[in-house]
Amino acid sequence: MNWTWFHKLGSPKWFYEISSLWLRGLSVAAILLILVGTVWGLAFAPPDYQQGNSFRIIYIHVPAAFLAQSCYLMMAVAGLVGLVWKMKLADVALQQAAPIGAWMTFIALLTGAVWGKPTWGAWWVWDARLTSMLILLFLYFGVIALGQAITNRDSAAKACAVLALVGAVNIPIIKYSVDWWNTLHQPATFTVTGKASMAPEMWLPLLLMVLGFYCFFGAVLLLRMRLEVLRREARTSWVKAEMSRLLEKVR
Amino acid sequence: MSFASFSEFLAMGSHGPYVWSAYGISFLVVLLNVALPLLARRRYLQEEARRLRREGAQ
Repeated sequence: MNWTWFHKLGSPKWFYEISSLWLRGLSVAAILLILVGTVWGLAFAPPDYQQGNSFRIIYIHVPAAFLAQSCYLMMAVAGLVGLVWKMKLADVALQQAAPIGAWMTFIALLTGAVWGKPTWGAWWVWDARLTSMLILLFLYFGVIALGQAITNRDSAAKACAVLALVGAVNIPIIKYSVDWWNTLHQPATFTVTGKASMAPEMWLPLLLMVLGFYCFFGAVLLLRMRLEVLRREARTSWVKAEMSRLLEKVR
Repeated sequence: MSFASFSEFLAMGSHGPYVWSAYGISFLVVLLNVALPLLARRRYLQEEARRLRREGAQ
């Protein structure tokens, strides 16, 4: 197998050049998918036979919750790559993904509370799924705070990578919490093996929203990473050239 | 279309406040996530431009 792409990924210059194209593609895909998914989910999908129209919150709740967990897994992988191969970009990705993940966890918790009120009659219950998601939010805060508290960049990278790896144990707990414990939270809508527990006109917009949220995450992550690369590599000649090109445009 | 009229769409069958507040706040958060890095980038470019001008003047 040819591994050049993997080593190229470690080079900030190569990443910066190639990611401009990815950023454009992901932005367009995110806008289209989220727009179509929202309109479809809000206006065209049929109401749930038990929950009525409050179920439409699913179209933001589930994508945000998916992303909150995927983002943490991505950070754990980036942490591992950073620790093992000392790849510069892995730390950039880890640090820049944490705030986005925290915001997604916040959306999942908030929309869950707003959905819980008319459905369960309570904004919040100390249930296994909800509590493990709250722990995920605190793990994100931990990574952000750790990254900002340590001034030495290499030590900060190492500490954040270890926290991301150790915290990843929470992800299977979130995933299986609805099976392991008796919870108020409903079981998974999508499963890898079985078929979806919903009608296609209900889960198709959900699928679009999930894909749209992933594209949104990718686009925002690239946006943040590109700025961070410019900052960290400010002394290299290629960044100096790129900066003068960007400053020309601003003027 | 699952609603007969626009007012019915807004009402969401008595769940209107829940659905619209969830969508509204989420939209604001998404917007914030896009706006903050863009603003940070602009600020950084302005700072660098100022720094280069200062160094050029010396």
